Amino acid sequence: MKYVDEFRNGKQAQAIAKRIAELVKTLQVSKQRPLQFMEVCGGHTHSIFRYGLAQFLPEEIEFVHGPGCPVCVLPMGVVDDCISIAEQPGVIFTTFGDAMRVPGSKKSLLQAKAEGHDVRMVYSPLDALQIAKQNPQREVVFFGLGFETTMPSTALTLQQAAKEQVKNFSLFCNHITIIPTIKAMLDSPDMRLDGFLGPGHVSMVIGSQPYEFISRDYHRPLVIAGFEPLDILQSVYMLVKQLVDGRCEIENQYERIVPQMGNEVALRSIGDVFELREFFEWRGMGSIDHSGVRIREKYADFDAERKFSMPRLKIADPDAAQCGEVVTGVIKPEQCKLFGKSCTPQTPIGALMVSTEGACAAHYHYGQIEIPLSQVVSR
Amino acid sequence: MKSIENLKQTLIGRFGDQVITLAHGSGGKAMQQLIDEVILPFFGKPSDSPLEDQARLPLPQSGRLCMTTDSYVVTPIRFPGSSIGHLAINGTVNDLAVSGAQPLYLSCGLIIEEGLAFAELIEILADMAVAAQAADVQIVTGDTKVVDRGSCDKLFINTAGVGVLAVGMDSGITHIQTGDKVLINGDIGDHGVAILAARGELALETTIESDCAALTTLIQLLLAEGIPVHAMRDVTRGGLATVLNEYAQGAGVGILIDEGQIPIKQEVRGVCEVLGLDPLYLANEGKVALVVPADFAEQALQLMRSHPSGINAAMVAEVVDDHRGRVVMQSDFGGKRVVDMLVGEQLPRIC
Repeated sequence: MKYVDEFRNGKQAQAIAKRIAELVKTLQVSKQRPLQFMEVCGGHTHSIFRYGLAQFLPEEIEFVHGPGCPVCVLPMGVVDDCISIAEQPGVIFTTFGDAMRVPGSKKSLLQAKAEGHDVRMVYSPLDALQIAKQNPQREVVFFGLGFETTMPSTALTLQQAAKEQVKNFSLFCNHITIIPTIKAMLDSPDMRLDGFLGPGHVSMVIGSQPYEFISRDYHRPLVIAGFEPLDILQSVYMLVKQLVDGRCEIENQYERIVPQMGNEVALRSIGDVFELREFFEWRGMGSIDHSGVRIREKYADFDAERKFSMPRLKIADPDAAQCGEVVTGVIKPEQCKLFGKSCTPQTPIGALMVSTEGACAAHYHYGQIEIPLSQVVSR
Repeated sequence: MKSIENLKQTLIGRFGDQVITLAHGSGGKAMQQLIDEVILPFFGKPSDSPLEDQARLPLPQSGRLCMTTDSYVVTPIRFPGSSIGHLAINGTVNDLAVSGAQPLYLSCGLIIEEGLAFAELIEILADMAVAAQAADVQIVTGDTKVVDRGSCDKLFINTAGVGVLAVGMDSGITHIQTGDKVLINGDIGDHGVAILAARGELALETTIESDCAALTTLIQLLLAEGIPVHAMRDVTRGGLATVLNEYAQGAGVGILIDEGQIPIKQEVRGVCEVLGLDPLYLANEGKVALVVPADFAEQALQLMRSHPSGINAAMVAEVVDDHRGRVVMQSDFGGKRVVDMLVGEQLPRIC
């Protein structure tokens, strides 16, 4: 497949891997402890596991899986709010597929659907708007989530709904924004990362400029990376090269997609529809200032938070679950007490076990090639 | 085939403007007319004697009977390249055929939602007749029910099948051994993509058609040529990954897939890339994964490729002593990864 296979060339990967291995040997620090690079985005986590990229890297380099999987950081209370909306008479509740399996305090949206509530999976918010136009007597709610990657399509949908006066359509907005979250991690006392792989699709929207503070104030390098295996390996090379050269910069490996100033049209739509919240609750990471957006007054008629009453309760994660420590890279998924025991992809307790982009699900599905047969069968 | 087509056109001409009502399942005159004038002309009667409540079939002279059943609830009932009618025959035929049996007789249970157009039902019955003829099986008994609107989605079909397994035929998961090779008879994922596209929820257009087909003659060819098949399963829901996991766990062996050998259409790969699906988990309806001893693998492959249902046959995996109970894929790219059983539905990633 053209434009895909070129970025999955095994020979080239071996060549880059060799250069990384040679380069990293020249670094003093890597002799005392492994270098830790965080891939912020869940899409990168997925590629790293799917292509077994860790097997290409020398043992001096470790990937730490970051918080950039939007369904993984959804707090349980938000899922409960979704279900309370879905259970109201006459409502058609729509969202992306991954969000339907995230456990709330009592059940998931998929279970609510099984109980008879009208919960539908859509591929785009515009599909939800279409459902609203086809069902004028029903209230259609779209549960919008994700980072700046999915924000523009939600914003455009609200603009469209306003223009066409689709009064039975509303958005339950749980979009989040990545920059304050990276900042919160950098401020954490546990912080020990040596560099970041920057999220490619978020950057396609926001550009590379918003990351400048990471190198300027925190002296960590960041390379905006594409999602194909060669993209990721090249980005790792660029990070190591910066460390070897004693540089600390924001670099862009994904130049074929990411412009420095981002996508102006998308940013304008986002700015028109959304404004920052004072704070937003992240699963496993707690409340982070200015890390979420809400709908501006101008679009209040389309705001599910104003249209529906919902419990808005803060539900703590089960005590034993260590999602927060996994999501910030303090422990590896299999070091969590519940991993593979009570928390599995079939019976997820934490959301990191739900999405294929979640670090725990990725470790569970793709990791551990050598598991004894007895454990496999007893699952 | 021509006579089935003619019959279809005649019946559509006669009943084309009518819809199924609850009366067609009530046991009265309307039902009798539906059975006598619409259903039986397609399926025929096993003998000239009057219709009884059961089919009476001769016992095979040797070997064992094989029996299976499957229900078909696919939506939409018609999709590129095939329909629920073809599926209801071929799916059950294949469940018998992968034991090495010769499928002979099928039952046909129809559960119809009131309001279904006669024309649609007639089309599906014609598809069943065509598929049964192609697979060389007879539909010998059946049942028709009509349910209220909303109690089923247009049409559900259950078919049970009976076949004869020759003396000495005894393939099965427990025969799988280290060193065996796994073969598949062609491109994976076509059925899954055809159904996805037919649902129209995605603004994607493809020319991919379902691979729905009976596997009997392909399998019988291999057996007739003396290939000592260790295990066979048809690759349906859950895709190739699921069957290989069943082999690995059932036999307590490791299976190593060679990604580069998996036959797949560029278009199917493209759809998977766009939607974030893994083709290893996509459904098929005319594929079998055979496990054969290494010494016979090349011969089996050539035989499959000589058959119309096996032109793109390939050797996709081998049975190994490592990672017992697990399926691992050697990727084109160079790394290895575990290919696990599917959890829930395969849901597209959101970013």
